[in-house]
Amino acid sequence: MSCCAPGTEGALELDGAVHALPSREELLLSARDLGDGRRQTDLSVPGVHCGACITAVERALRGVEGVEKARVNLSTKRVSIVWRAEGDGRGADPVRFAEVIRRATGYESHLFGEDIEASDRLRADLIRGVAVTGFAAANIMLLSVSVWSGADASTRDLFHWISAMIAAPALVYGGRFFYRSAWSVLKRGRTNMDVPIALAITLSYAVSLWETLHHGAHAWFDATASLLFFLLIGRTLDHVMRDRARSAITGLARLAPRGALVVQPDGSRDYRPVSEVVPGDRIAIAAGDRIPVDGIVSSGESDLDVSIATGESVPVAVRPGVAVQAGTVSLTGSLIVTATATARQSFLAEIIALMEAAEGGRAQYRRIADRAASIYAPAVHLLAILTFLGWGLFGGDWKQALLIAIAVLIITCPCALGLAVPVVQVVAAGRLFQHGIMVRDGSAMERLAEIDTVIFDKTGTLTLGRPRLIEARGKPLSRAMAAALAAHSRHPLSRAIHAAHAGPVPLVETVRELPGQGLLAEMPEGIYRLGSRAFACPQTAAQADSGASEVVLSLNGEELARFLLEDTPRPGAEEAIAALKAEGLGTLMLSGDRQTTVAAMAEQLDLDGWQAELSPQGKVEACNGLAAAGHRALMVGDGINDAPALSAAHVSMAPATAADIGRQAADIVFLHDGLDAVPTALAISRRAGRLIRENFGLAIGYNMIAVPFAIAGYATPLMASVAMSTSSLIVIANALRLNRFRRPAATSGREGQAPTGPVTREARLA
Amino acid sequence: MNMLIYLIPVALLLGGLGLGAFLWSLRNGQYEDLDGAAWRVLDDDETPRA
Repeated sequence: MSCCAPGTEGALELDGAVHALPSREELLLSARDLGDGRRQTDLSVPGVHCGACITAVERALRGVEGVEKARVNLSTKRVSIVWRAEGDGRGADPVRFAEVIRRATGYESHLFGEDIEASDRLRADLIRGVAVTGFAAANIMLLSVSVWSGADASTRDLFHWISAMIAAPALVYGGRFFYRSAWSVLKRGRTNMDVPIALAITLSYAVSLWETLHHGAHAWFDATASLLFFLLIGRTLDHVMRDRARSAITGLARLAPRGALVVQPDGSRDYRPVSEVVPGDRIAIAAGDRIPVDGIVSSGESDLDVSIATGESVPVAVRPGVAVQAGTVSLTGSLIVTATATARQSFLAEIIALMEAAEGGRAQYRRIADRAASIYAPAVHLLAILTFLGWGLFGGDWKQALLIAIAVLIITCPCALGLAVPVVQVVAAGRLFQHGIMVRDGSAMERLAEIDTVIFDKTGTLTLGRPRLIEARGKPLSRAMAAALAAHSRHPLSRAIHAAHAGPVPLVETVRELPGQGLLAEMPEGIYRLGSRAFACPQTAAQADSGASEVVLSLNGEELARFLLEDTPRPGAEEAIAALKAEGLGTLMLSGDRQTTVAAMAEQLDLDGWQAELSPQGKVEACNGLAAAGHRALMVGDGINDAPALSAAHVSMAPATAADIGRQAADIVFLHDGLDAVPTALAISRRAGRLIRENFGLAIGYNMIAVPFAIAGYATPLMASVAMSTSSLIVIANALRLNRFRRPAATSGREGQAPTGPVTREARLA
Repeated sequence: MNMLIYLIPVALLLGGLGLGAFLWSLRNGQYEDLDGAAWRVLDDDETPRA
C-alpha cells in the first residue's frame, strides 16, 4: 500500500506546492451551513484513486481539530468534510484541510462549488424510471413467454390483461421523458429520435389493448415495456455522463476569487463576496492574492503575474496610478486597489463579449444521433404509411393493414439506435475520467474525433508558468549568496533560483525588495543586488534577448553570478506533440507572449508554426482563419485571453489550473499536469467515434433483416422482442470493447499516473 | 390452472419487493460511491468511524 506515499504521484505531478490554496475567507464563504455551528466543505481531490488514498485522506482529516466527519467519494474524487466552525474554542480551520491532505498524500485539492444537487434530481428520476420499467418489462416478459409457449383461450386473455395493467403505469412513468421531448420538438415543427419512440410505445400499447379486448392472439405489451426499459437506460447513461463532467468542471472554482477584502473609510477591513464590490471600493491585496476586479493601484508596489490575462510569462511591475486587470496575481508586495468596475464589468466582460461573438461554428454542430434521427425518423414513418396503404389497397382489409403498419413501427423503433451513441460515450468518458480528463458532453467527443489541427497556447498550457533554472554561472559562494537573497522573495524567478540551489546558504537578515527591480541587501562587504541586469549592474550594456529571463547578482555593481531561467515546459509536452504529429495533425502555437520567448519554445517543441504577441481577438481571428481554410482545430489553452479562442475553435481543451472562464469555455478539462492528456483524449475519442459508427451499422443491420418480415405481415411479438433484445445487447457489448482498448506507445512511459496502471494493481494485491 | 390465482400475485409481489428494495437503496445513497465501496471492504481499520 505504498502508492499514496508522498513523493510518488506528488513527484510525477511536479512540485505541486506552487499551486495556491484557497484562502480562509473563501473556504468559509463556500462552506454549506448545516445548522448548530456545523459546516460542510466539499473539496475535489483529483489524485485519489485507491483504497489507501481513502484511508490516508480520511485519517488525516479526522486528525484535524474540529472535524466531525470526513468521507472520500472515490467515484467523483471528492471529499466532503463536516466541521465545527466555532464553539468550545475547538473550531476547525478550513485552510488546514487542503494542507493536511497534501501532507498525507501529496495530492492537490480544489475547492468545490455548490449546485451539485440540482441536476442530481433528474438523474434520480431517470434511474427510478429505469427501475420501474425494468420491473414491468421482466414481469410482462414472463407472462408473454407463457403465451408464446402455448397458453390460449381464457388463460391467454388473463395474461394479456395482467400485462396491460403492469404496462400502463410503466408507460406513464417511464414514457413521460420521451413524450415531453417529442412534444417539445413537434411544437416547433421538427422531429427527433423521440418522435418515433413516443409513437411506437403509444401505438404498441393501444393496439395491444384493442387485441386484448377482442380476445386476439398478438399483444405487444412486452415490446412496449422492454422498449421503454432499454431506451431509458440509454437516456440515463447520457445524462449521467453529461452531469458528472459538468459538475466537475464548473465546480473547480479555485482560481476565481469569491471574495475581496474591502478597506472601509474608517480603516476596518471587511471580507465581501466579489459580486458586492462596487466601483470606488478600496480593496486590500496581499502578496500572493489574485485581483478580483479591474482597478487602479492607489498605494503599494508589486510585481503582477499577468500570464492568465495576457499570456505574458514575465511579471509586470506596478506602481500607484497603474491600472490592473481582474485575474492577475500580486507576487511580491501588498497593494491597495481602487475598483473601477464591478466583477461583471471587469476585463472579463469584454472577453465574454468576444466569446459570444466567437461561438458560431460550434452552435451549428449537430450531434451524430440527431443527424441519424433526421434521416431515420422520416424514413420509418414513410415506410409505415406505405405499408398501411399497400396492404389496404391491395389486401382490402384496412384493419389488418393498420395492424401490420403498427408492427412495422414497433419493429423499427430505434431501440438499439437510442443506445448506440450514449453507451459508447459513457464508456469513453469513463476511460477519459480515469486519465484525469473530463468531457463536458458527448458532442465534444464527436467533434474531437474530427480535428486535423491542434492549436496550443504557450504560457500555462505548453509551459506550466513556473520558471526553471537552465544555466547558472558564477562561483559557488556567489550562487549561495544569490539563493540566500532569493529566499526572501515570492517572485517566481527568485523562488526558482532558491529552489534550484542545493547546499548551505549564508545568513542574510535584512533584504529589501524593490518591486519591478529586484532584491537588495546591505552587508559589511557592500551592497548585494539580485535582479535584472539593468538593476544589478547599471553600467554594463544589456545583452541580447535570448528568450530566457536573466537574473544577475552583483556586489557594489560588480557582476558576481548570472542565472538564466526559462518557463518549465509541461511534462510530456514534447512527447505529446510528437504523438500528435505522428497522427498527422498540424501543430500551432498562438501566444500573447514576446516573440523571442515564443520562438524559442516553438523551436524546442518542434511545432509546425507559431504566432506571438496576439491579443484575445487575434487568437480568435487565427482560429477563424483556420476554420475558413477548411481545418477543424482543437484549441488547448488556459488563460482568460484564450477563452474567446476556446469558444471559437471546433473543440477545446483546458487544464484544471486554467482561469475559471477558460475552463467554462472549454469542452474538455484535464486534471493532471501532463500534456499527454491531449493525445490520449484524441485517441479515445477517435476510437469511440469508430465504435459509434459500428453500432449504427449493427442496429440498422438488424432492422434491415426484421423490417421485410414486418412489411410482409409475418412479424409477431415474439420476433420483435428477440430482435430488439439481441440488437440492444450486441450494441452494448460492442461499446464495452472500448474498455479493452489500450493506447499503444505514448502512455506506456507514464503509466504510473494513470489510475488503471500497474500501480493500482499492485496496491490491490498489497 | 387454479394455482395461477396464487402464483401470479406471488410473482408480482416478489418482483415488487425487489423494486422497492432498489428504490430504497437508491434513496439511501448506496450507489453514491461504487468505486470507493469496493476499496472500503478491504480496509481493516477497526476504529469506529465518526
